[in-house]
Amino acid sequence: MSEGIGAAVKRKEDKRFITGSGRYTDDIKLENQAYAAFVRSPHAHANVKSIDKSAAEAMDGVLAVLDGKQLTGDGIGNIICGWAITSKDGSPMNMGAWSALATDKVRYVGDAVVAVIAETQAQAAEAAEAVMVEYEELAVAANIEAAVADGAPQIHDNAPGNVIYDWDIGELADTDSALAGAAHVTEMDITNNRLSPNAMEPRAAITKYDAAEDHYTLYTTSQNPHVARLVLSAFYQVAPEHKLRVIAPDVGGGFGSKIYIYPEEIVCLWAAMKTKRSIKWTADRTEAFLTDAHGRDHVTNAKMGFDADGNIVGFKVATKANFGAYMSLFSSAVPTYLYATLLSGTYNIPNIYCEVLAVYSNTVPVDAYRGAGRPEASYLVERMMETAAREMGKDPAELRRQNFIKEFPHQTPVIMNYDSGDFEGNLNQAMEAADWNGFEARKAESAARGKLRGIGMACYIEACGIAPSAAVGSLGAGVGLWESAEVRVNPVGTIEILTGSHSHGQGHETTFAQVVADRFGVPLDSVQIVHGDTDKVQFGMGTYGSRSGPVGMSAIVKALDKVEAKVKKIGAHLLEEPEENIVIEEGTVKATGTNKALGWHEIGLAAYTAHNLPPDMEPGLKEGAFYDPLNFTFPMGCFICEVEVDPDTGKTEILKFVASDDFGVIINPMIVEGQVHGGIAQGVGQALLEEVVYDENGQQLSASYMDYTMPRADDVPSYDVLHHNTKCTTNPLGIKGCGEAGAIGSPPAVINAITNAIGNNDLSMPATPSKVWAALGAAKIAAE
Amino acid sequence: MNLTGSRDLSCARDVVWRALMDPDVLRQSVPGCTEMAGSPEDGFDATVVQKVGPVKATFKGRVTFAEIVDHESLTLSGEGKGGAAGFAKGGARVTLTDLDAGGTRLNYEVDAAVGGKLAQLGSRIIDSFAVKMADQFFATFQDVIDPKPDEEIEEAETNDTKTKTWLSRLRTG
Repeated sequence: MSEGIGAAVKRKEDKRFITGSGRYTDDIKLENQAYAAFVRSPHAHANVKSIDKSAAEAMDGVLAVLDGKQLTGDGIGNIICGWAITSKDGSPMNMGAWSALATDKVRYVGDAVVAVIAETQAQAAEAAEAVMVEYEELAVAANIEAAVADGAPQIHDNAPGNVIYDWDIGELADTDSALAGAAHVTEMDITNNRLSPNAMEPRAAITKYDAAEDHYTLYTTSQNPHVARLVLSAFYQVAPEHKLRVIAPDVGGGFGSKIYIYPEEIVCLWAAMKTKRSIKWTADRTEAFLTDAHGRDHVTNAKMGFDADGNIVGFKVATKANFGAYMSLFSSAVPTYLYATLLSGTYNIPNIYCEVLAVYSNTVPVDAYRGAGRPEASYLVERMMETAAREMGKDPAELRRQNFIKEFPHQTPVIMNYDSGDFEGNLNQAMEAADWNGFEARKAESAARGKLRGIGMACYIEACGIAPSAAVGSLGAGVGLWESAEVRVNPVGTIEILTGSHSHGQGHETTFAQVVADRFGVPLDSVQIVHGDTDKVQFGMGTYGSRSGPVGMSAIVKALDKVEAKVKKIGAHLLEEPEENIVIEEGTVKATGTNKALGWHEIGLAAYTAHNLPPDMEPGLKEGAFYDPLNFTFPMGCFICEVEVDPDTGKTEILKFVASDDFGVIINPMIVEGQVHGGIAQGVGQALLEEVVYDENGQQLSASYMDYTMPRADDVPSYDVLHHNTKCTTNPLGIKGCGEAGAIGSPPAVINAITNAIGNNDLSMPATPSKVWAALGAAKIAAE
Repeated sequence: MNLTGSRDLSCARDVVWRALMDPDVLRQSVPGCTEMAGSPEDGFDATVVQKVGPVKATFKGRVTFAEIVDHESLTLSGEGKGGAAGFAKGGARVTLTDLDAGGTRLNYEVDAAVGGKLAQLGSRIIDSFAVKMADQFFATFQDVIDPKPDEEIEEAETNDTKTKTWLSRLRTG
């Protein structure tokens, strides 16, 4: 089957993307369209004393100047976090109020205060400048340490000491005693640098209000339009669900940042009703830096204990997580159930204890960003393993091999139950491709040129397709994490797949169609994927956490099962053969052992003409399914990075990067390879280049591409992308997911390679030339 | 941002002190200043048009003097609001001492902060911008309080202003 599962077919959607025919939110123009511009706080923490709108209101083209008191006065609710976390002492998390437009207080630079609606974008922007907001500045806590310090400014009244929750997982006493009895304990302080997501398409919203029907429409850059509709109606009271249509058309990248519902969508919907005009807002790049949820920002102390043979006996972790000024939609789950539950890594660790202190600060809200918690866990575990091996004088590959989990299913001490894997297989494959054993010769060759060569590895594991719904519900999730699908076979035999997953770069239009082509042998071109519109698809949970493959496609498979059953019944009836003899092959419905066959289109036609169907069968050929996964899926892999450091400048060059992943069954190897490439580039960005920097006043100093460094083509090598796959045992296709793996496994591999090169384990991300140079100097001084 | 330095001015301490208190001198000396009104006692209201890297804005602000030791030292503090461009605020401690060879040494310690778009886009150039502003301020301030003969100005100025000066001399001459 050339177009089915496993075929590297070209992406159907690329025709419109590479010819400039994509339709993004900002490409949409509605009749009677006005524009919104937001007045944002230039202060990180201040009371709003007064707002003088008179000058702005008097300006040409201005339709409305709207503030937070009007918004809350109209009953628009506060923005919420949808995952309830309970502290160690049993108390609920301290969620502070977040109004889409600030009412009394601003808590970060970029906090929206006023929305100006005007005829043109320029008029809106100009009038926004004329809005006079008087602030009373307050003391600022711009980072974790400042937020938890004695006498720190109180950011939300209901979060004393700026603590959102103080949560833990695992067994403290057992872990302490394991560490006390350990032959060797490795201790590290690890910071996971704060990142800005930088989707190529900035966030945008365009809203319409139909007064006659009292109906709202929102076009927006969303990874999950149904969740947006649910939250906008159930919690923000913008409009009832049946009176609100949310469309997420082509979306240019999300990386998590477009999961959440932001103030701008709320305000634009509300303002459309207030002004009876359609309203468009598109973020500029500065607004993206100032308002898109940031990622990571953890500070961690960790201790890992080993017995005399090098077996891990215990792992104790204390993490402080910066949440920014408000709790974003999934923020609370990231440093808890998406992070601490992965601290067993790929290893047999009998005792784990982790505590997480979640704190507010006067910075942009932080939430899930490509990998969400798993990169933080993987970075921590893999740096600990590497450092421990060096401290104990063991080969880092052999220490990992020795501690690998080798039998499945494996229950870790931190909730997760790994279903499958062959960790050694991936390690061996990566080491061979990286010519691990030939490293010393290459190192000598580099040394002859005055360069420092280093090699490092990371054996990450992650968890995709957060599930099952009942389990996540018991852990505090406000939603179920299943997926829906509907298969519509048209009278002419073409097929439409309606899915609750959302494609914003993942290639669903191709891979989902491949699953259908594989099942029925119909041409890929006869299958259309419909997604991203709440009027077309009944409900869905969207795309994040690499869930579209393991969860979204499983729902499609379930619906295809139902279609197949009906097709076989129709075929049996028309061919006058027993149903058990009917097979579907290459788009033909056949009776085995005979030469009787029906074309695929003949089945569709029979279903819709209903002239000759089995007795009691309903006409039509359309089936839907909801799929609730049995378990998370666990992609894993071994990444090996080889670098060369220039000791004179501290500049790192990545010479080789090998990725051996276990993604389970792969639908389209070309798309998977692309996902791995992008993920590694993002991880290399975190490791070498990227960091959001705030000054002590809470001013974001890296809010443009002049100061925030994204990886470019010359920062990354040509990757060796390999697979050693084992089938996932908990979903019908055996898929594990591949969307985040690259970004999860690469930062520790890169840093382990650099620390190997410079002989100093004390190095933080981003490993800029100046940091590497300083660490090199520190290593030299220590050696003298 | 901290900026510390000193300038030697050709005038006597008394002249420098009075010039620092004179809104007209300050208006001429502060780069980009279009309006300056007020008094040392009540403070000054100022409007300054400036471009910091990619951010151009009109800053409206108020500067007040405190801790005044007559003819010796003062502390000034102020804040300028640039609308969507953000804000700049800070203070400066200024002290004057006599120079042995005549003239006055002006020492300054500036502590300033920027916010909003200025910080987001201009933070990495703000230090060099401040140094440039200080250089321009003192160069003009020196010229205003102790104008040089025409020839010297001509040498010091750019070609543009040189032509202008020359033309204006023709007119007056």
